[in-house]
Amino acid sequence: MLSQHTIRRRMAATTPLVLALGLLAFVLLATTMGDRATARMATETLIRVTLVAGFWIFVGNSGVVSFGHAAFACVGAYASAWLTLKPAMKATLLPGLPDLIAAADWPVLPAALTGGALAALLALVSGAAILRLSGIAASIATFAFLAMVNTIWANWTPVTGGTSSVVGLDRYVTPWVALGWAVAALIAASLYGLSASGLALRATREDEVAASASGIDRYRHRLLAYVLSAFFCGVGGALMGHFIGVINPDAYYLNLTFLMLAMLVVGGIGSLSGAVAGVLALSLAVEGLVRMEKGVTLGATTFALPAGSQEIIIAAAMILVLIFRPAGLLAGREITLPARWVTGRGTTHNGPATDRRET
Amino acid sequence: MSLQLLFDALSLGGIYAIAALGIALIFGVMQLVNFAHGQFIACAVFALILPSSQAVAELGLGRLPTPLLIPVILGFGAALALLAEAAVFRPLRNAAPVALMVASFALGVALQNLLLVIYGSRPKAVSLWAGLGHPVQIGGAQVPLLQLLVIAAVALILAGLALMLKHSRIGLEMRAAAQDFGMARLLGVRANRVISGAFALSGALAAVVALVMVAQTGVADVRMGGQIMLVAFIATVLGGMGSLAGAVAAGFAIGATSALLQMALPAEARPFRDAFLYGLVILVLLFRPQGLFAPAGAKPRV
Repeated sequence: MLSQHTIRRRMAATTPLVLALGLLAFVLLATTMGDRATARMATETLIRVTLVAGFWIFVGNSGVVSFGHAAFACVGAYASAWLTLKPAMKATLLPGLPDLIAAADWPVLPAALTGGALAALLALVSGAAILRLSGIAASIATFAFLAMVNTIWANWTPVTGGTSSVVGLDRYVTPWVALGWAVAALIAASLYGLSASGLALRATREDEVAASASGIDRYRHRLLAYVLSAFFCGVGGALMGHFIGVINPDAYYLNLTFLMLAMLVVGGIGSLSGAVAGVLALSLAVEGLVRMEKGVTLGATTFALPAGSQEIIIAAAMILVLIFRPAGLLAGREITLPARWVTGRGTTHNGPATDRRET
Repeated sequence: MSLQLLFDALSLGGIYAIAALGIALIFGVMQLVNFAHGQFIACAVFALILPSSQAVAELGLGRLPTPLLIPVILGFGAALALLAEAAVFRPLRNAAPVALMVASFALGVALQNLLLVIYGSRPKAVSLWAGLGHPVQIGGAQVPLLQLLVIAAVALILAGLALMLKHSRIGLEMRAAAQDFGMARLLGVRANRVISGAFALSGALAAVVALVMVAQTGVADVRMGGQIMLVAFIATVLGGMGSLAGAVAAGFAIGATSALLQMALPAEARPFRDAFLYGLVILVLLFRPQGLFAPAGAKPRV
């Protein structure tokens, strides 16, 4: 017989599988049933899954809210743009790039990986300083970090193009590319969450003092999660850039921070399934509200929300969730396959909740 | 030159200190890092003008004579903060600090977009107290009259607040609440009164910052509160979270460093001044993670 613990571990390992199948169904539905606009919406949603799953690796496991992850997306997007843009174009748009990068004409996948790696490196350096602070102070320091990156990117014109946009990125991100990265992010997030380091980090989230009394080095696990999380946010940022084809520093500033945070909070910060649920719920809501802002014709009258009401409504929804369902839509639960599916052939099992023989 | 620098540092640091105090007051009583503070400032700025999408704003409340205008705008800031407390933060009274922080961030986004819906996204020129830009000769330095007024006003406000916190009943209650909220309540401090008081004061301080910023820049922009709020946050962390005096001192320190950097950096590096400043702060925190003036017992014992 399997021990209760083994069953739990196996059930938990099925979470990314279930989520990936759900996303696959979502893409199939959007690409076969819908029009081009629906397919674009699906791609955008999957990019957000990559970003938010990455974001969750740190925030969900450590319980420390970071405002700095949009900066990692920014770095990832620009790194990918630097490596994939045609050299002739870079000579006019970004004359300040070092020769090695100015001559680079890389394929898109290594460029995305490098974007993520650069974001991870930046996380290692900044996190080494920021994560020494305690919870709330660390959050504020990540906010300062975000502003710092934005200030540099908006003013370092020869290298980043400043506040004017960098255009002409290869628009290779189809729903399937986005799905691939989203699934990769989900698997990594889930593996980290179940690893020894992930569990130790969750212990510090529940009780900082008790965890450190049990010999857990809070700083080390936080830093590891921060770096891993920055990698996927960097990749997500690169995908965003290559999806629209245009990047500028303000696309990776407070609005993105707010959206990522809102998705995580609405879905539930405590579980990966919650993060994905939040992305899906808010992406659908944003899509609906954007269409309302453009105007909906009801009979003879056209009814349109004023621009900006989208953010107001989402912010209000976020506050309502915090008040009435503080743990989010999924309340910290993971979606898994049922217990009897993971216990193997021939075992008659009633599930871990009722079976106490092994304990 | 050095006198000029002193005035720059004092006036900039003074405004930072007032903003930091607005953050630290609320953090003290309910462990809330108020990410909506910048939007309180922006709302107080826009309260001066009439809703329109014109590039040059028409003054609304701003037309009032100055002795009336100042209390009205301070009152507006206080009322806005009280409203926010009643609508958003009272239902979350027992929530974790992280949830409070996220809620205030959402509130800030909502307020900012509300301003966008009403006033449009274009920055507007506002001419409030245009006469204050005239330079005054002091020693060897040319100092704008406004700078002197700001320094005087900051000194007055800090002195007034210090007196209030030390000698009035509500001030005593606020200090008690900042020390240990649960214990203060057991000893008969009414939670609603103290928290409302802190929010009202914080809102009024946001309005002070708003008036100074409008007079200094002559612009109303929905994003104008963001940068100063960030500096205020950094000042509260640097000063040691929960220490009011620490927040004020750190506000002045950041203002002085900022003025020094502005002077010392070569012209092509000046746009990056804020990046240098934040980097410097992170560096300081590496050596003193609990802040420069951390109150005793701020770190949980293991």
